[in-house]
Amino acid sequence: MLGWELPPHNSGGLGVACYNMAKALSKEGANIEFVIPYEDKETKYEFMQVMPATNLEPIYRYGNGAYESYLIDAKMIPSSNQELLSIRDIQKLYYDYVEKHLQESHPDVVHAHDWLTYEAGILAKKEFGLPLIAHVHATEYDRAGMQRGNPLIHEIEYEGLMMADRIIAVSETTKRIIHEKYHIPLSKIEVIYNSLDEDYEDGDYQFADDAYRSIKKLESEGYTIISTVGRFTIQKGLQNLMRAASLAIKKNPKLLFVFAGNGEEFNELVALSAELGIAKNVVFTGFIRGTKLRDIYTITDIFVMSSISEPFGLTALEAAHHGDALILTKQSGVSEIIWSAMKYDFWDQKKLAEEILAIASSDTLKNTLKDNVRNEYRQISWDKVAKKCLKVYNKIIKHKGIN
Amino acid sequence: MRSICLYLHIHQPVRYREYSVFEVSNNSDYYTDDYYGRQSNERIFRKVADKSYRPMLALLEKNIKSHPNFKFSLSITGTWLDQAEKWAPELIEQIKYMVSTGQVEIIGETYYHSLAFFYDETEFDAQVDLHAQKIKSLFGVSPQIFRNTELAYNDKLAKWAEDKGYKGILAEGWDKILGWRSPNYVYRPAGCQNLRLLLKNYRLSDDIAFRFSNHNWSEWPLTVKKYQNWLDMDCLRGNLINLFMDFETFGEHQWKDTGIFYFMDDFIDKWLAEYDNRFVTASEACNLMPPADDISMPETVTWADTERDLSAWLANAMQKTAMHTIYSMRSQILASKDEKLIQDWRYLTTSDHPYSMCTKYWNDGDVHAYFSAYASPYESFMYFMNVIRDLEYRLATK
Repeated sequence: MLGWELPPHNSGGLGVACYNMAKALSKEGANIEFVIPYEDKETKYEFMQVMPATNLEPIYRYGNGAYESYLIDAKMIPSSNQELLSIRDIQKLYYDYVEKHLQESHPDVVHAHDWLTYEAGILAKKEFGLPLIAHVHATEYDRAGMQRGNPLIHEIEYEGLMMADRIIAVSETTKRIIHEKYHIPLSKIEVIYNSLDEDYEDGDYQFADDAYRSIKKLESEGYTIISTVGRFTIQKGLQNLMRAASLAIKKNPKLLFVFAGNGEEFNELVALSAELGIAKNVVFTGFIRGTKLRDIYTITDIFVMSSISEPFGLTALEAAHHGDALILTKQSGVSEIIWSAMKYDFWDQKKLAEEILAIASSDTLKNTLKDNVRNEYRQISWDKVAKKCLKVYNKIIKHKGIN
Repeated sequence: MRSICLYLHIHQPVRYREYSVFEVSNNSDYYTDDYYGRQSNERIFRKVADKSYRPMLALLEKNIKSHPNFKFSLSITGTWLDQAEKWAPELIEQIKYMVSTGQVEIIGETYYHSLAFFYDETEFDAQVDLHAQKIKSLFGVSPQIFRNTELAYNDKLAKWAEDKGYKGILAEGWDKILGWRSPNYVYRPAGCQNLRLLLKNYRLSDDIAFRFSNHNWSEWPLTVKKYQNWLDMDCLRGNLINLFMDFETFGEHQWKDTGIFYFMDDFIDKWLAEYDNRFVTASEACNLMPPADDISMPETVTWADTERDLSAWLANAMQKTAMHTIYSMRSQILASKDEKLIQDWRYLTTSDHPYSMCTKYWNDGDVHAYFSAYASPYESFMYFMNVIRDLEYRLATK
């Protein structure tokens, strides 16, 4: 497997998804070598062999580079200066490592996750004749909020998708984008939805009593807590959420919106909340993870996924696990498999406000949504994901990469 | 003599549109969606009129004229009549003519196709009376036979119908109740003297209503010859076959291209061609024979789903909340004496509304989801509660 990050050094859902998929696959008997672009001496992964492509610190995978590709402009050409490594430099080192490694190792299949590793994947296919699976967690169009994005990255994605023997998309939404924007035949693309980690469900998490006391106080005064979690980027549609919040607060002032995360839209969002006159009803937590994030889910009544385009949207399942009622955009992959949720089109601020107000004003609706979605998300599991992946592997191994 | 009691139920709800919380207290028109909107009552009514009401009524009229012994029974909800008066008054004229021949009997029910019997008996009474008045004024007859919404029936309802002076009442011929007994007889509801109970022969009814066009059904395609054979066999268990179904079976549930109209036309012909066969109205059916037995249904039985209970309407918290809220407003609404307000409120009692909030099979996206006018049960509930908010506002500002 060619990946870019693994928890704890992940800055979003990509690392988590790769980790859980690899774990479930190894349970099914797969032998996995997982290449990452940095060296992590602290973390042990028992179920697979993690191969560092460089001896760089984890931070060198270039911060949010995996997610904010559309912002990379100056550094697209690898530099010779070791001090100022750009994401392209790291990719070059990664590529070189994979080239060297494949001289000795002979995997049955190469499974590459997102554009960051596609060049290395293409190498494996071209030079070593290995069957290639391109796994699409997000495309450049998603990351750029359905705008044009970075042309060079489109190029790399296109080449990877063309060269791949099979493509795995994390949702029908993503499958459609791959087909429409990259002109790949639908028959080459398999949809395999992500899932929620078992450890996440069985973990010994307990709500910290001293967490978010001020928010809990408001809750006891009859406030409804609405939250969203994610990177503050154009893809997440947070400005629409903020404007919907303002519409809703005018009808019901006892609403508190929690924006958990960070990103380049942070300043804009803070300013917007002030401009709309709802700053008192909006809380920014900054980037949070682990227990702190779980605490947010726990105090939340309504979780909103406002993404303009969301290939999957694992946070919605996490929120469902913690007993939140869900509101999802129809443009999110997770809304294809979750029925017990309110849904809206990402641009429809009024409908979103409508749904928030409806849940806030009716315990019946809130509890029905909560209970039903809990039953629903439990039927999705990584074991099923792994079984489907293996099917894809076996098929292309049988055909020796010729489809 | 072998008799078929054919009974058709004709109904359209008045759907509330996606009525926004931002409209509450500003705009009280809940029932008029844009013509092409998802809950456009006019568009839906006109569509079903073209696909089902018109061709089927024409077929029935033709047979009424050509066969003096072809008869059937019809229940028509007030919400259907209200809409037909606006968008297809000629259909009412057509029914009027058929009733005048004496070959068509009109069955009584609630005006608003509601489940009021299970919430508020006074309201239930009122809605049955409203319906009877409407039928009298349009068709000049008074219903002698009663059917409750969704054929929801229990012993208490039978007692009510007997006290009201009805001659007969309709219910589902559910195996769990009947046991070894056959639905092909006239029965007497437990605890009643004069009232008669007619039970739906659900196998033979559903062969037409549900399975007719199902290619996976081992008996597909259903021919008149085959069906008549089944009827002959079934008559060995009693000579009265009660075929109860939705009017929209013809043309809407089973589309024209399945051949349903040809089937029915031919079937009526062939059935009457045999000398000891006939059709009877529901009232005539009650007089065919003395009751074969007493039948008791302490629990409510309906004609829906495999459970045959009310769980598609009144099971989850949203459905219960919605219905409870509606009926708890009754005395205030009536006290307002505002006719528009009262009618707006009564339209909300229609059973189709809680049905659209059913989550029983929602995740499977089956028939409940397919026939719903709303994007999800949750949205249906959301808009319903917004309408209630506006009704409350109107009450408060009276």
